[in-house]
Amino acid sequence: MESLTCASSHLPPRLLEGANALPTVKVSYQAVQSALRKSLRGERLSFEDGVNLYHSPDLVELGAVANEINLRKNGRDVYFNVNRHINPTNICALSCKFCAFSRKPNEEGAYAYSDDEIAHRAKMAADSGATEIHMVGGLHPRWKLSNYTNIIRTVKQAAPHVHVKAFTAVELDWLARKERKSVAEVIGELRDAGLGSFPGGGAEIFTPYVRELICDTKLTGDGWLDIHRTAHKMGLRSNCTMLYGHIEDVPARVDHMLRLRGLQDETAGFNVFIPLAYQPENNELGINRHTYGADDLKTVAVARLLLDNFRHIKSYWIMTGERVAQTALHFGANDLDGTVVEEKIANMAGSKGGMAMAKSNLLRVIRDADRVPVERSTVYEPIRRYDNPSEDSLV
Amino acid sequence: MNPYSLNCSNNPVWRGFEQSIAQNTLPGAAGFQEAPTLEEINSRDGERQKIIASSARETKVHDELMSARIAETQDPLLKSAYETAFAGGRLSGEQGLRLLDAGDLNVLGWLATRAKERFHPQGKVSFLIDRNINYTNVCRIGCDFCAFYRRGPESDAYVLSKEDIFKKIEETIELGGTGTLMQGGVNPHLKIEYYEDLFRSIKQRYKIHLHALSVIEIEGIAQVSRLTVAETLERLKAAGLDSIPGAGAEILSDEIRLEQSPVKRHSHRWIKVMQEAHQANLPTTATMMFGALEERKHIIEHILRIRDAQDETKGFYAFILWTFQGENTELAKKNPDMQPTGGVEYLRVLAVSRLMMDNIPNIQGSWVTMGPKIGQISLHYGANDMGSIMIEENVVSAAGTSYTLDRKNMIELIRRSGFTPVQRDTYYNILAEYPETPAQ
Repeated sequence: MESLTCASSHLPPRLLEGANALPTVKVSYQAVQSALRKSLRGERLSFEDGVNLYHSPDLVELGAVANEINLRKNGRDVYFNVNRHINPTNICALSCKFCAFSRKPNEEGAYAYSDDEIAHRAKMAADSGATEIHMVGGLHPRWKLSNYTNIIRTVKQAAPHVHVKAFTAVELDWLARKERKSVAEVIGELRDAGLGSFPGGGAEIFTPYVRELICDTKLTGDGWLDIHRTAHKMGLRSNCTMLYGHIEDVPARVDHMLRLRGLQDETAGFNVFIPLAYQPENNELGINRHTYGADDLKTVAVARLLLDNFRHIKSYWIMTGERVAQTALHFGANDLDGTVVEEKIANMAGSKGGMAMAKSNLLRVIRDADRVPVERSTVYEPIRRYDNPSEDSLV
Repeated sequence: MNPYSLNCSNNPVWRGFEQSIAQNTLPGAAGFQEAPTLEEINSRDGERQKIIASSARETKVHDELMSARIAETQDPLLKSAYETAFAGGRLSGEQGLRLLDAGDLNVLGWLATRAKERFHPQGKVSFLIDRNINYTNVCRIGCDFCAFYRRGPESDAYVLSKEDIFKKIEETIELGGTGTLMQGGVNPHLKIEYYEDLFRSIKQRYKIHLHALSVIEIEGIAQVSRLTVAETLERLKAAGLDSIPGAGAEILSDEIRLEQSPVKRHSHRWIKVMQEAHQANLPTTATMMFGALEERKHIIEHILRIRDAQDETKGFYAFILWTFQGENTELAKKNPDMQPTGGVEYLRVLAVSRLMMDNIPNIQGSWVTMGPKIGQISLHYGANDMGSIMIEENVVSAAGTSYTLDRKNMIELIRRSGFTPVQRDTYYNILAEYPETPAQ
């Protein structure tokens, strides 16, 4: 690798200047080597290190170091959980350019589930062995906080033992502003209704020059982090994500991860980091390619090395396909997203991963990667370790 | 170098490779920087943490980390396999099988990349532009894993006319293609005269590489034409056949072949025909189709048989791995629990193939059966070639897989994996290089 200067030449210059600018990084293979050595010594990586790692031509080297760090933290255990997604509505006041899911209230295909529909889905989830319901949706212009608390109560009534992980920071912010309440008050009411933790959606890319281009009407990056900070301080844990593979550049990805690392230092409230590969279909962003396989693996590996205060990095097979997601278990990931039923948001954007994976199949995918499957709760407590392969067929 | 110097004995790249095998100096060996030996690396520091922690060393982090992992390997057979592979020695079947069963994916990737660099030190990854022309789908064999064949009377059974074939070739040349891969069913109505006439009339009209027929087709032609295989090959070559694709090898293990295909079961016949082709100065590729009920030991058996044959006749210039595509096939219907080959298993088999095939220069990654993502990743597990931008591929798509890549996407895919894309011809001569363009 020659020494070259990393700059984001495909983005409009006005966005890259002034207060929003990220430092220009000189990348070289020596710098990659030194970053990898720092990681192996357990030292914290810098912004420059992260950018350099992303530019490393040796994918397998990066993966081997990330795998080593992961093995030190988690051994050969790979977590999964059995969950069910419910997307209560696709009606949304926002218009994010990368989204293929949202509809305006009178648009064709717009929907909002009734209480009965939600209860039915929750009950089916519990009956099928799910320990978690993951619920996110659009910003419905007519829904109030009481609608949201009602949804949670409905779920909890239909499935009392299931953990409800619901609503992104974007939805919380919307509710707080609508109700003229503080975010803490909104979170408090949702928690009282039975909410257990928050998913990590809506983070996209925090870096302003990217966020302005892909979702300028959405909650800002700082706003997203503030809401998760509030939740963590109230004792609720949450996940976090990064949507990559659209118009963002490498420095923005690194910047995004470092902002998450900063908050994790402060609160230790994140369960897991989930990189989400951009899905190109049916949206307005005009980027019509899937991410590259090498990029998917690099992103997992760089995340494992940069996010030294995270124990868990998730490989999300719905977004990358089962094969890449499985390979990522050797590139630093220790969690394979669960048996997901009804995931409409990625599906409508053309993800080829499919909709659901049976538990027995998930066990096989993990075992074929020479790892040991461990079923976990939403907050990563082990529920059952599948030590014995011969029992897989019984599940 | 004239890219159309199609006689392989006159082809300098091919000659060079043959000579280097004979002299035991593989291409690239002269310019290849020997990395420090395992012992050298390990003797510097016995304790793993210290090896890893030290920042004063000049070796790559990768070498240190992987050497340490090999050093701490408990299983003696696995360790000996790692060490043999590291030293570039010849792996036994037993060692290969242990690598496949118990090798660490990170270590395999590292070793396979080193093995690849012995053949291809320049960091180039090649691709071909050619067109598959499936001239007939009528076949009397009927393999369980095939969704393409027809028996003859069906309404969609066909034999392409010469005009249709010419048109396809013209389109191929217009799209920058340099070759055609002609394969079809084993059609009992087509005798050698059909092929001689077809090949001659193609060669009279077009400068295009004819990579055509498979073992089973050649045997079929010999049979219906009452010729020996050697006579058939000689006549086909005289008529313009340039090389033979190594299809139909599937898994060269009689135990497995019997389950998959009642007629293709004799694996020694596949090897024999290929060797006769080599002796007739027709170079060939060799393939392996896995993920269809075989065990890992059968994969190793397959690799060993091809490696042994290559030692004798030196005519295989590439090894191509395919995974079984299940949709619409009898084999999948009879075995509903069969699962598509996973990413990790594919990369593992690919890496072990690169390590074991010490006498075949090129290994293809299969984006066609594994998808572009794993296809790209395969370049880090021993593959140095992305195969063809196939302008037409009926057989695989009949079994439900349909990925497409154009030249631009192929170049980008290779570049984004950290390599320099090059377009090659069927013999692996480099025709064009696409070095990194400055950022737009």
